[in-house]
Amino acid sequence: MFHFYEAELIAAHRYKHRLYLKPTTKIPTPKKEAPMTQAAPQSTHFWQGNEGCAEGAIAAGCRFFAGYPITPATEIAEHLAKRLPQVGGIAIQMEDEIASLGAVIGASWAGAKAMTATSGPGFSLMQENIGYAFMTETPCVIVNIQRAGPSTGQATKCGQGDVMQTRWGTHGDHAMIALSPNSVQEMYNLTIRAFNLAERYRTPVVLLADEIIAHMREEITTPQLKEIEIVDRKKPKRTEKTFFGSQDIPPMPAVGEGYNIPVTGSTHNETGHRYTADPIVHRKLVERLVGKIERNADQLIEYEGYNIDECEAGIISYGCTSRAIYETVELAKKEHIKTGFIRLKTIWPFPDRVIQRMAQNTKALFVAEMNLKQLFYEVKRAVEGTVSVFPINKIGGGEMITPGELLSEIVRRTRNLD
Amino acid sequence: MTEKFSARKYLRYIKLPFCQGCGGLTVMNCFLRAVHELSHKDLSTFVFCSGIGCASWIPSPYFKADSIHTTHGRSIPVATGVKLVQPNLNVVVFGGDGDLAGIGLSHLIHAARRNLNITAIMVNNMIYGMTGGQVAPTTPLGAETTTTPYGNSEYPLDATRLVVAAGASYAARWTTAHHTRLKEGMKKALKTKGFAFIEAVSQCPTAFGRRVGLKTAADMLRWFKENSVSIEEAEKMAEDKLMRKIVVGEFIHREFPTFTDTVYEVMREARNSA
Repeated sequence: MFHFYEAELIAAHRYKHRLYLKPTTKIPTPKKEAPMTQAAPQSTHFWQGNEGCAEGAIAAGCRFFAGYPITPATEIAEHLAKRLPQVGGIAIQMEDEIASLGAVIGASWAGAKAMTATSGPGFSLMQENIGYAFMTETPCVIVNIQRAGPSTGQATKCGQGDVMQTRWGTHGDHAMIALSPNSVQEMYNLTIRAFNLAERYRTPVVLLADEIIAHMREEITTPQLKEIEIVDRKKPKRTEKTFFGSQDIPPMPAVGEGYNIPVTGSTHNETGHRYTADPIVHRKLVERLVGKIERNADQLIEYEGYNIDECEAGIISYGCTSRAIYETVELAKKEHIKTGFIRLKTIWPFPDRVIQRMAQNTKALFVAEMNLKQLFYEVKRAVEGTVSVFPINKIGGGEMITPGELLSEIVRRTRNLD
Repeated sequence: MTEKFSARKYLRYIKLPFCQGCGGLTVMNCFLRAVHELSHKDLSTFVFCSGIGCASWIPSPYFKADSIHTTHGRSIPVATGVKLVQPNLNVVVFGGDGDLAGIGLSHLIHAARRNLNITAIMVNNMIYGMTGGQVAPTTPLGAETTTTPYGNSEYPLDATRLVVAAGASYAARWTTAHHTRLKEGMKKALKTKGFAFIEAVSQCPTAFGRRVGLKTAADMLRWFKENSVSIEEAEKMAEDKLMRKIVVGEFIHREFPTFTDTVYEVMREARNSA
């Protein structure tokens, strides 16, 4: 009754004689590009956004990937499945997204830089472990290639509807770091930055990209590996005993190093031991976890700005939608409307100050995004009624907001304001 | 093994959380004895992963070792990440029946399928004890619980047979009334190269026993003893007679390449071809 199954016997036999590994591990050697294992010289490529992300992860030092297939993020898993073993890393496919982030958290505590990649439905499943990673201060990168939701929605079409889920998805008080790339080059650069921020602040970081950026192909330049700034987590000194407090960003040991670390998602004191009844321990812990991100907002926030201090109409956008603003500015010039923009590279923490700066000298702000007003309300909150804020939204079918559509809304609103 | 056994050398000096008569203490004792008899002076080569529930408190934070207390049911995925990155560490998962056979069941099946070389110890008390006695996937048919006040209308899950079918290297079920065999099973599990699963049927007089007429730990242990049948005996018994029985014994013991073996083999080959 309890014997080997025939298939297993065969598998064991084939393994013994190295039969089943041979055909699957025959990974073709890259022909033109030098593998990243050696310090590749600065080179240009024609890559898809997802490839840029995967290569950025490798350049940042990621050596563990766990994921689950999902459109439009699958190419990241496929690319890393091929590339990570070549550089001594591990890429596995788990049974679901919950397990994927679980394995990433385990790998991070074992000392590896680790990442997972998904889209909206998988991101929803990951929320409990995102909260866990935040609470246990586990550095890890979660790539969310947004598609049109809710639910299964339009699986192959672009959307930007996970902005608020990224900020508030997991339960309880928390703070998140989310970066928003708008080109293949930035998929590469911001993935590296996401790893650096995760390691520096000991917290999960979300790369909040979208289907259009992930699937389009562009020319990208990868620098020499030694020119890339790489941040590694702070390791404790041998005598240190507090890895969960006593300083803003405590050092992080790995399991197996002899520190006997108790890691828990329950409220814990500086040594990691759980304290679930003491109000002060909870307040101190959660306020520190939120505070270490809020207090460092200035270091975290990156944006691209144009005419911030002197424009009639200010556009605020991010991700694929922001690719339309450059032409919009030119088109608006012909209509004699001086336009400026803020293109967010960091969405969370939210860059209140630069938005307020733009609000001082402008008639109206326009928030362009492929969702139904998710960041619009955040902008409204930041400007505190000092200026009119108008939403420009479009959802469905993966259709982008065109420069023409942006322009007509800007023209209509600014002329009415006169 | 010259040194006398003392659980203290493996434990932190913190008060244990278990109720009076809890089987978790027996499981803890058996495990630490197994570790001692395998000549581990301390737990420095171990990493413990556990989820949510009473059984998850056995290693964390009470064992003087690295322990990761994860979200409910997700201890096996976390253990997967730890084991793959540090294959030389002994990764042991502790969890209850709700944690590993309820919310985390798919991870258990897949870890067995991958033959991930960790040891998973499932403490099956047939109830959700920590939340006060709700029906579990392992609760016997007809049992009264707080969420089945008229008796449980579901059949219980046989997790051990399930992991055998999924491809585990070692699987055994014992009750806390069979502590010596439970300890020996744990020793074998820890020595097994591959996915090793131990189901420790354990008493919960607080949240389960008292509602089914077994008020004390002694009553429950007596019940375990009277209703346990070995695998050999069970094979001769009719299906309907087995309904109320606990089949105990070693269900499988086999060795074949593990998940870390194949993952690192792939890595070596890929590096050579790159």
